[in-house]
Amino acid sequence: MRILKNLALLAGLGGALFAVLLVLISTGIIDDYSLQILCTAGLNIMVALSLNLISGFTGQLALGHAGFLAVGAYSTGILLIAHVPLPLAILGGALITALLGFLIGFPALRLRGDYLAIVTLGVGEIIRVLIINLGDLTGGASGLRNIPGFAHNIMVNNPAAFLWIFPAMFLVVALVANLIQSSQGRALISIREDEVASQAMGVNIFGMKLMSFTVSAFIAGLAGALYAPFIGYLAPGGFDFLRSVFFVIIVVLGGMGSLTGTILSGVGLTFLQEALRTNAKDWSQSVASLFGNAPGGTIDFVPMSQVLFGAILVILMIFRPEGLLGTKELRLTKLFRGAK
Amino acid sequence: MTPLLSAKHLSIQFGGLRAVHDFNLDLSTGELVGLIGPNGAGKTTVFNMLTGVYEPTEGTIELDNGRGGVENIAGLPPHKITRRGLARTFQNIRLFKSMTVWENVAVARHFLVPYNLPQALLRLPPFGKAEADIRREIQDLLTIFKIDGKAEWRAANLPYGEQRKLEIVRALASKPSVLLLDEPAAGMNPQETLELMDLIRFVKDEYKLTVLLIEHDMNLVMGICERLVVLDYGRTIAAGLPAAIRANPVVIKAYLGEDAVHA
Repeated sequence: MRILKNLALLAGLGGALFAVLLVLISTGIIDDYSLQILCTAGLNIMVALSLNLISGFTGQLALGHAGFLAVGAYSTGILLIAHVPLPLAILGGALITALLGFLIGFPALRLRGDYLAIVTLGVGEIIRVLIINLGDLTGGASGLRNIPGFAHNIMVNNPAAFLWIFPAMFLVVALVANLIQSSQGRALISIREDEVASQAMGVNIFGMKLMSFTVSAFIAGLAGALYAPFIGYLAPGGFDFLRSVFFVIIVVLGGMGSLTGTILSGVGLTFLQEALRTNAKDWSQSVASLFGNAPGGTIDFVPMSQVLFGAILVILMIFRPEGLLGTKELRLTKLFRGAK
Repeated sequence: MTPLLSAKHLSIQFGGLRAVHDFNLDLSTGELVGLIGPNGAGKTTVFNMLTGVYEPTEGTIELDNGRGGVENIAGLPPHKITRRGLARTFQNIRLFKSMTVWENVAVARHFLVPYNLPQALLRLPPFGKAEADIRREIQDLLTIFKIDGKAEWRAANLPYGEQRKLEIVRALASKPSVLLLDEPAAGMNPQETLELMDLIRFVKDEYKLTVLLIEHDMNLVMGICERLVVLDYGRTIAAGLPAAIRANPVVIKAYLGEDAVHA
């Protein structure tokens, strides 16, 4: 019963939020630019959730999710350019990434802890270098151009993207939540807690890790698959190690092992990153004027975003090492208990 | 009658160290056998070989497969051995600390769960029914062991004695035929040890189990074990009834040194 009530509430609130956003978009209160950030936040949340599944819940630190994002994005981009219908191209991108995750996971998941982190980091970089060097297929260093969008009219591509990305994100949230709150999910968490005991309780830890890693790759690939027609142009530089680290920061900030924490910090950090990017010039000028320099600014805030994220992490590790929510979840039923 | 579990000529070598040498043990259904010996004798190593944590260098472990035959389980991975009916607890408690009490127990019956991953992801009907059954079954199990009131507690927050108890309950949830207890009374006071002895007897009779336990607490060992095997430096130095072991000069020497025998 509790599960049903949760599901109904989730579906109801998700639908309501979606409807409100749709109204705000169609009336122009959310402009095209904000919409673009909103979609980016949705995609970031999907990748961060996939990372949380393998790192937060299963306890296997992975540092190469930008690579999975890239494989999903490039696969779908190439399929779309080859005139494959949109839904098929998106599904194809996600499935190709899942297959890749399975193939990488097979040898890599025999490693523990730090070693897996290093291998996934390496794989992420290998993917990026391969993309640069497979010029005929991927456009190489100059990028993959002219990917067909969600809409034929480029002016309405962002609203069209929103109609795809948000339902997909809700679906991913629901599926990951369902996975975690099942016997399979309990087995995954038990691996994080104590591998030896988990094995001794009959859990096939290698099989479960591989499942978790493959599902994680599928979700990250799906986010990439939606990213390609959303942005229309893919460059390998956008899928570097720092991108992977950005997803790790989202997960750590929200709490390793908290879905709602990941969603909150995903939205927060996407907007923060965007604010740092667009306001960099203004801020650098005002900071510079504080120090008595002439307007025009000598401090560049764009690379400063990495410094700020680093600082946020350090502060977090000192005052709240388990992340904003730790392993807890914000539960809708709790929110509504008072109202009855 | 053929034994339920039969370890034959088990040896394990770590580099130049032969930690266990030619270990033999037959366990018949319903027996309660104690494995004792001084620190470092290789008791836990024997457990780790029986449960698949270590692969024996030599020897076989034959388990009655319930269909009139035997299967050699030596070298199988731990989860496969557990699925064949050998469940264990650990010397240093290894609960899933941040999970709740009932979730800890639920992990041990994960491999018995009748629904698959797609059914769980899509919340199809088999899921709801199976989850309700799991909850009820675990609640019953927790009630028998009088920790049902703490089902939603985090395992790490249980008092020490109840953590030990929960490890036993968790092992039982995998529906084993053989239960291996690694120092179940470690860190318990005399009163708790007495309760534990009752608990072990109860579990053995209630679930028709065969129990092999490692223990240093001689009151417990002499009190409940029907048969003892004594290890020292990886070799079996004695085996037999508790009373005979207690009087065996070789055993006394292993525990207390040469002088004690002549004293």
